[in-house]
Amino acid sequence: MTVALSIENLRKHFGGFEALRGVSLNVEPGELVALLGPSGSGKTTLLRLVAGLEVEDAGRILFGDVEANNLTLRDRRIGFVFQHYALFRHLTVEDNIAYGLRARPRRERPSVAEIRSRVGTLLDLVQLGGLEKRFPAQLSGGQRQRVALARALAIEPRVLLLDEPFGALDAQVRKDLRRWLRDLHARTGHTTLFVTHDQDEALELADRVAILNQGAIEQVGTSDDVYERPETSFVCGFLGETNRLPVEFAGGQVFLGELPIYGMAHFNTPGPGSLYVRPHDLQVTEGGTGALSGIVLSVRRIADRRRASIAVPGMPAAIETDISSGFAPAVGERIGLRIMRALTFNEAR
Amino acid sequence: MHPRGHARRILPGFHLSLGITVTALSCIVLIPLAALVAKSASTGVGTFVEIATSPRTLAALRLSFGAALLAAMVNAVFGLLIAWILVRYDFPGRRLVDAIVDLPFAMPTAVAGIALAAIYAPNGIVGAVLDPYGIRVAYTPLGVAVALVFIGLPFVVRSVQPVLEELESELEEAAALLGANRLRVIWTVLLPPLLPALITGFVLAFARGVGEYGSVIFIAGNVPLVSEIAPLLIVIRLEQFDYAGAAVVGVLMLVLSFVLILGLNLFHASFRRSIGNG
Repeated sequence: MTVALSIENLRKHFGGFEALRGVSLNVEPGELVALLGPSGSGKTTLLRLVAGLEVEDAGRILFGDVEANNLTLRDRRIGFVFQHYALFRHLTVEDNIAYGLRARPRRERPSVAEIRSRVGTLLDLVQLGGLEKRFPAQLSGGQRQRVALARALAIEPRVLLLDEPFGALDAQVRKDLRRWLRDLHARTGHTTLFVTHDQDEALELADRVAILNQGAIEQVGTSDDVYERPETSFVCGFLGETNRLPVEFAGGQVFLGELPIYGMAHFNTPGPGSLYVRPHDLQVTEGGTGALSGIVLSVRRIADRRRASIAVPGMPAAIETDISSGFAPAVGERIGLRIMRALTFNEAR
Repeated sequence: MHPRGHARRILPGFHLSLGITVTALSCIVLIPLAALVAKSASTGVGTFVEIATSPRTLAALRLSFGAALLAAMVNAVFGLLIAWILVRYDFPGRRLVDAIVDLPFAMPTAVAGIALAAIYAPNGIVGAVLDPYGIRVAYTPLGVAVALVFIGLPFVVRSVQPVLEELESELEEAAALLGANRLRVIWTVLLPPLLPALITGFVLAFARGVGEYGSVIFIAGNVPLVSEIAPLLIVIRLEQFDYAGAAVVGVLMLVLSFVLILGLNLFHASFRRSIGNG
């Protein structure tokens, strides 16, 4: 198997803060991998190390079989897109995109006509044809980020690195650009690593998602893998909406207090643990065995679903559950909930 | 009530503030300058031209404007460097250096002039080093320029510093990743956005240098036709009770300064427009 980018046991600290504690990741040619994690998880540090903007304390980075340490920033040929665009304000769109080509040493530099035609092709690719004479100040946020992307693509990068590329844009533009980037990636096939804290973005865009927490990778996998088969309780709690129930494992059963509430655990180790259940995996029942019961606190609408908060005795927080549109419980009403599907982890957190 | 053809302003205050501005400007700037022009005009055209074209007047003006221009250029380079170091690097004593930059603003100019004269005289600390190489600073036009560099430095540093602080280091990183070497990054990414502020600092340092008197007269030696600056020539004329002669030199300085500064400001404005944030 060929690998376009391999990251081996990378470590980095800033003062007393360990930003990365031994991170390894392989990216295949043409793959789009998302680095997802809360702020401070080390995802941007990882990206900056790959770009060569920071120097690692230990570990190594390889582009194919070339060791990155031996390369200058120019020779790394990294296409980097910053969250706040970092466009050159005093240059037109055209000159921004051509910057990397004109910065090449004279013998490698394309001719003026060639540069112009390359810029034209890139402008069409990012759908900004006709705006080449504008200055960045005259463009919208989404347009600026597309200029930044064209500028990064102009140098024919080995790897494209995107640092929260849509972080500074409003919700609708983000959604449009997400879809557009997906198409663009399908057409151009650049090996891409992108950082985001927006899980919808990561799950929708990426071929694989790497989930970081406190400077280490918790899990790498396809969107379905990480969402449906989380390997750690952090991944389970971080992705999507979940209710965490503090439970007790005994005899292969899951107990909430005295009550067995959910069939078999994944393992047999007795002791305290957590049970994670998503709002759509709870079903409202009339009560009975294996069910939680509680008082309805509120009912509200979230886009195409209705969501109820239920106060269950013994729970640290209210349980969130989806309810069908035909069913309208009153606030204060007592209802039962049955857990249809859940994940259990045996560490106490 | 509002004038026809003007959009009505929602927020009040334009007429009041304009009125105050014009009144203050008149009392402090325009009326004294008008009096100066009137006084010089009272000499008659013939005498005016005669004084204006006399070798001593021309030499003094050439020295004042030449040395101020040279000093402003030196300050543009070193002031930019100092501002850069203060903004981008954190080193022990940074705050101290930051404070020292303002000293030429605060010090009585005569004190600075005497200190400069003392160290640059042939028997002074720096002068003694330069003297064997035949470089004379004190009592020459070069000395004038040195004094003007001293008093003009803070203008450039303080004009450039805030703009430099706004300039994200991401821009440099982006340029470096695109393959630009350090020199190219400085030339194409850092300098262009700084240019308007640099020009502002240059103009301020230059204007201050043209009118500077206190710090220059001690180091200049004041040899007529060689190291005599125009402001000194005005004082000499006054001491000789030649008020019209003083006024003529004053008006010449006024007109030259105004034309130069206006020109630089126009260039500045057109540059800002050309990069789309005017």
